[in-house]
Amino acid sequence: MTGIGEFLTRTRGRGRLDGSDILTYAYLTLGTILMFLPVLWLVFSSFKTQAALLRFPPDLLPYDQKSVMVEGYDQPLPLFNVTMPDGSVRQLAQVRRVGLEGQMVDPASPGEIIKVNINDREELREVRLAWENYTEPLQRFNFLVYLRNSIVVTVAATIITLLINSMAAFALAKYEFRGSTFIFILIISTLMIPISVILVPVFLVITGIGWNNNLWGVIIPGAATPTGVFLLRQYMLTIPDELIDSARIDGASEWRVYWQLIMPLSAPALAVLAIFSVMWRWNDFLWPLIVLSRSELFTLQVGLASFQGELNTPWNYVLAMTVMTLLPITLVFAVLQRFITTGIATTGMK
Amino acid sequence: MTAKPQRTPALPPERVPLHARIGHFFYLIYAGVMTVLGWLAEPIQRLIGAARMPYFFVLPNLLIFGLFVLFPMLLNIYYSFTGGNNLFPQDRPFVGGQNYQQIFNCANLFDPATCREDRFWRGFYNTAFFVVFQVGGMVVLAMLTAVVLNRSIWGRSFFRSVFFYPVLLSPVVVALIWKWILQRDGLLNALLVSLGMERIVFFLNANWAVFWVIFISIWAQMGFYTLILLAGLQSIPRDMYEAADMDGANRWQSFRGITLPLLMPTLLVVLVLSVIRAVQVFDQVWVLTGGGPGTATVYVVQYIYETAFANQTRQFGMASAASVVLGIVLLVLTLIQLRAGRQSDIA
Repeated sequence: MTGIGEFLTRTRGRGRLDGSDILTYAYLTLGTILMFLPVLWLVFSSFKTQAALLRFPPDLLPYDQKSVMVEGYDQPLPLFNVTMPDGSVRQLAQVRRVGLEGQMVDPASPGEIIKVNINDREELREVRLAWENYTEPLQRFNFLVYLRNSIVVTVAATIITLLINSMAAFALAKYEFRGSTFIFILIISTLMIPISVILVPVFLVITGIGWNNNLWGVIIPGAATPTGVFLLRQYMLTIPDELIDSARIDGASEWRVYWQLIMPLSAPALAVLAIFSVMWRWNDFLWPLIVLSRSELFTLQVGLASFQGELNTPWNYVLAMTVMTLLPITLVFAVLQRFITTGIATTGMK
Repeated sequence: MTAKPQRTPALPPERVPLHARIGHFFYLIYAGVMTVLGWLAEPIQRLIGAARMPYFFVLPNLLIFGLFVLFPMLLNIYYSFTGGNNLFPQDRPFVGGQNYQQIFNCANLFDPATCREDRFWRGFYNTAFFVVFQVGGMVVLAMLTAVVLNRSIWGRSFFRSVFFYPVLLSPVVVALIWKWILQRDGLLNALLVSLGMERIVFFLNANWAVFWVIFISIWAQMGFYTLILLAGLQSIPRDMYEAADMDGANRWQSFRGITLPLLMPTLLVVLVLSVIRAVQVFDQVWVLTGGGPGTATVYVVQYIYETAFANQTRQFGMASAASVVLGIVLLVLTLIQLRAGRQSDIA
């Protein structure tokens, strides 16, 4: 037993587990519960039937009432445990309910109707995943269309952002030209002018171009990000000028210097900007909400918000569609998790 | 047995790992696109000369930037001096400072109930309260988490991912997750009842609604700032702590004497970024509470959105005036922070 104790309390650093280590793990455990439990609860709940969702206190697992096919009835009948007047308990299927009286049959001998007080019966339940939460709302919640729109917006916006921001960052990092400082300060000073501060005029520009109800109207306005230019420029400053000069001596054009030399060398910073851009665009809500009013153009976020805002949308459908919406980005994170966290931590804030 | 040598040709194509092949595939696409763009860029270089090429490189960015940031910024100021419900500026009558007069038409500026645009001022003070407590709470918690994750502990990268995961979730998803937990028959109320307490309908109580709005946005954003602070902590050389240890400093002293001052630049970045973010609070709360109960969780951006796009009459002028006020506050806040940061550097 002491062996196990020693093993469990072994630490990487100095000797034994001390008070601060215990506090550390307590904090991390609490944090993990707080960070993950809400999402897990959502996933568990999304597999419950509407009836199960209404139960209080809620069950952890998705229970559903057991039902059985009985000879002579078209629909499966719900099963109950019934306490008979003589004290014995029988498993009966309910045919119909009239006021306080339940009309039951024994599945084994369906001929005879047994009348019982509804207080004497108890539902028989089994664990069942309610996949219909996922399949039924697809008529109203056009998941595939929203998903396609979200992917189009995210991918196109990220590619354009990476291209034009790296071009500008290259010019600002590696050339001295008239107005370079002015342009740099101009871009950086708008770092704190988020789109939510200039909603009306940007909407006017979009309307003027005719990009209302057009995915380009969502993609283009946020493409020239000051954050991106700044991040890439700071990184490109560390690339030695001699490399560029020797490429020029070898006869490379400025464009080739950019795409064959600078871009590959800036890959870590580009990766971080790509992660940021994907996060921003995938989760963007206010701007798409304003630009897009036709439902076939909705992104996932706008679609989900309007789906839950409709009257009479049952919670079991909303929960299932919420899970669908968080699934793609979760999968991406699961695959690239280590890369994303270290990438942001190391390159993001240089 | 004799057939064996024939079966080993030099590096069959299956040997190339999948990710390398995917990477190569994408590189080919990249090279193709860049070559095609080069057909445009290289003639331009011959035309204007290499010395002027930087203008070519900044042009696309500046075009989009000018059209969707710079021009709207100036236009926004003009809009705030116009009235009517038309979108296009040529159809909008110039009304001078009327929108601003209406916004600042208050008997007492600190009491929204006495203002004509009371919803704006409620949003304004709600936002101020939100910024102070959300940013304050989040920076303290992110700092604590970063310090904990910086220790040599088992499963560090796992815990780092756990704390980061909510950052990826969209505001709409975050709002729905918590709406489900906090609803009347939700998980939290089940917990309260099992502890023998009364059920609480959280979103019908103004104080609870404000609390949860702040709590949830800390929950959703903390991981990002934790990562940035963690990077800052890891760049502090270990031997500084060892030296402090030899001088007999305890943990709290070395935290105050080494960690805090050296982390100041990172902390400043975190502060500036999170304030800019907090001032814009909208989407999460909009799905979660819709601004309610009453006006307890109405924020400035919601006011702007409703005034310009969601109300029956689209008051673009009022919305612009409100966003100019918001922009000025944001500018002043950022300047104050940068100033304070510079002074603490000197000290």
